[in-house]
Amino acid sequence: MPDKALPPKEKFDLIDLFTRSNGAVSLLVIALGFVFGSLFILLVGRDPVNMFSALLQVVTGWDSSRGVWNARYIGEWFVASMPLVLCGLSMAFAARTGLFNIGAEGQYIAGLTAAQFVALLFPPIPGLHWLVCVLAGLLAGAAWGGIAGWLKAKYTVSEVVTTIMLNYIALYVSQWLTHAFAPGANTYRTKAYPATSLLANPWIEDLTNGSRLGNGLWFMLLSVLVFWFIIDRTRLGFSLRATGFNKEAARASGIKVQSAITTSMVISGAFAGLAGVIVSMGSFSYGRVLPGMENYGFNGIAVALVGNVTAIGSLLAGLLFGMLNSAQPLMQSREIPKEITWIIFGLVVVFISFRNGFKLLADWRAKQRTKS
Amino acid sequence: MADYAIEMLGITKVFPGIIANDNVTLQVKPNEVHALLGENGAGKSTLMSILFGLYDPDGGSIRIGGREVKISNPNDAYAHGIGMVHQHFKLVHNYTVTENIVLGQIPRGFGGNTDLREAEARVAALSEKYGLNVDPRAKIESITVGMQQRVEILKILYRNADLMIFDEPTAVLTPQEIDELMVTFQRLKAEGKTIILITHKLKEITEAADRCTVLRRGQVVGTVTVSDTTEQALAEMMVGRPVTFGIEKAPAQPGEVVLSLQGLTVKGDKGNEAVRNLSLEVRAGEIVGIAGVDGNGQTELLAAITGLATPSGGKVLLKGKDITRVSIRERIRKGIGHVPEDRHKYGLVLEFRLDENLILKTFDRTPYSNSLGLLNTAPRLEHAQQMIEQFDIRAGQGPFTKARSMSGGNQQKAIIAREIDLSPELLVVAQPTRGLDVGAIEYIHKRLVDERDKGRAVLVVSFELDEILNLCDRIAALSKGEIVGIVPADHADVSQIGAMMAGVRHA
Repeated sequence: MPDKALPPKEKFDLIDLFTRSNGAVSLLVIALGFVFGSLFILLVGRDPVNMFSALLQVVTGWDSSRGVWNARYIGEWFVASMPLVLCGLSMAFAARTGLFNIGAEGQYIAGLTAAQFVALLFPPIPGLHWLVCVLAGLLAGAAWGGIAGWLKAKYTVSEVVTTIMLNYIALYVSQWLTHAFAPGANTYRTKAYPATSLLANPWIEDLTNGSRLGNGLWFMLLSVLVFWFIIDRTRLGFSLRATGFNKEAARASGIKVQSAITTSMVISGAFAGLAGVIVSMGSFSYGRVLPGMENYGFNGIAVALVGNVTAIGSLLAGLLFGMLNSAQPLMQSREIPKEITWIIFGLVVVFISFRNGFKLLADWRAKQRTKS
Repeated sequence: MADYAIEMLGITKVFPGIIANDNVTLQVKPNEVHALLGENGAGKSTLMSILFGLYDPDGGSIRIGGREVKISNPNDAYAHGIGMVHQHFKLVHNYTVTENIVLGQIPRGFGGNTDLREAEARVAALSEKYGLNVDPRAKIESITVGMQQRVEILKILYRNADLMIFDEPTAVLTPQEIDELMVTFQRLKAEGKTIILITHKLKEITEAADRCTVLRRGQVVGTVTVSDTTEQALAEMMVGRPVTFGIEKAPAQPGEVVLSLQGLTVKGDKGNEAVRNLSLEVRAGEIVGIAGVDGNGQTELLAAITGLATPSGGKVLLKGKDITRVSIRERIRKGIGHVPEDRHKYGLVLEFRLDENLILKTFDRTPYSNSLGLLNTAPRLEHAQQMIEQFDIRAGQGPFTKARSMSGGNQQKAIIAREIDLSPELLVVAQPTRGLDVGAIEYIHKRLVDERDKGRAVLVVSFELDEILNLCDRIAALSKGEIVGIVPADHADVSQIGAMMAGVRHA
């Protein structure tokens, strides 16, 4: 009964704006995160301006304290952001189709591990080698996500449970495989990758003054595009979204719901797998025996949340959190504790629940208005 | 004694965007049957939920016997002698009648053991006194729906209620059971009880009620003495304009057999045979109605026809071709349209926009998507615009309206538009007008008759016998998963169909 009528349209009104536009809430929440972060800095007796100058340096490369410009910082900002954006896309894609993929971490590890092996074992053919690495990582992530999807579709096992378990399986299998079978492996690393397997791109390297940013950038940007395209423009996306919103109605409309669920997890896993490749072949020059979870997958959940589970939102939220990450050393050199970035990160995630608060507020106001 | 047993004075209840009760005053005299009449959404249930302590009113007061009281939960209501028989019974199926009745206040005997002997005796005595004919030791699962309702009545009599609220009590009953309920009302009245009867069926009011309060859009239209008024007048009060009963239609011109069910058996949720060895034919150009009380296999029967369930035996033939094991998608392509009973669960994606919902079954075909699997926006919007005009779907933002924000009637129109637009050979319609206002009902009936006249085969399932009688050309009575008899509508007689719905075979 409460849904029967919508509040009448109004002239510009803040609460209305925040109930209608998720993007506006995200911006508000981020702003609040920084306000509270600044208060905390004041509380420990430091100057918040230093935090903002560190952030400015990350985003523009301009060091205002010394008056020097270095484009490398911009490159490193993107390096830190790419896996976050991709894991955000992974989470967001699943969420858009009614699934809760907590397994981006495991899919990331699967992608990373597959890419490491291909890098070390595939013949070093220039131009082809790194492409095969990317492909292997994509497929491994997709397969890892697909397992959870298939279990859900076929046996209705909750994807929340399976993806969490698959995270651990991925980690330990990766450690064991790499340690036992990777060429030249000791307890923490393998031998160096052949140069043909790396994602390095001399042009970008030049442009960003020797940062680690490489061809991964194209894949990330392409992923944002692919996400939007599949969800909004394709028949596949239509059937996945319908399944996500209302499985029974989708089934009654002739959509093959079981395969939709599996497909959705496969695509979701592929994004996270790609993140694994980009970290492995972009940021490192050797394979690693992972010491533990790298948390990109989990942070991806927050990215997707702040990004309103959209493609462009995940890109922006990933860049935001990447900025906080790569600002840490610069903040320390300006006597700001680096933990502040985690406080801001946490506050943003907590504040995002305001979205429901605004709905309650709008409800309450609509009720008052109906009364009078 | 006060003039009124119970008074609800100036009750106001506001939900966001809607005033469910606007300064409603309901005064019920002692020892009368007082009907509360209104369309769905008129505010009847909200008002009774306030009286039963389920909602807090935003304004107004409640008086019992002239004294103001506050009822903040159902226990308060019981303490003031108010009991309610809900539309959906609240019974534990594997417990006995007495166990269900004492639930919540279990009598303890020697050493703290449950002692039901005294309770059983009291239940038996109450049953005797009010002529309810209930065996205190019978298990709920083994007694009929009508009997279960009498258990609910006993439950509130056992708690010494003097004011009894019945929420749409006849929705789940066969015509004979309805007659019995009317007798029970008279009996309760004779024993000094006061009854509030919530309903939207006029016949029940003229049969059983003394006075009637009519609600429309949250406001009281008036309170009338039933013996001074007519069904026509009550209907006009309820709807706010003159209404025509019945549907104008020409005689059917049945053609070839479109749907043929042969010895169909379908398992229900609990593994029981919900549909048993059922055979039925529906021809082009006729509307066949399935009359039956809810839960007699209607859902499973439709699921087997539309492909949502696979039958465990028998065949479904569409124009002579066996489609028993054909996928849902393929059935849609072959021309089966389906207006589901639960439109929110099976009919619409509420988060989708209207234009998307209108192509929910055709999005994968041209012109809505191309051979590369890409969606085409322009034809989709054009199609939505067409449907909106053709079917008079009212939606605030046209094709861009979220299905969730549309009214029930317009949601149903959207589904019917989509299904008719599939140009189905066979239109399977369940509960086409449940929860809709009179205007929408008239419109939807007319569209279904139009489709019949275009030569489509139409199969209608409805729990409203009047709807079946008015709309259909042939009527099949369904009881316990079997078709008990099929009669042409123009020779149909309510008591005969009622008997068949209860499982009595037609001689």
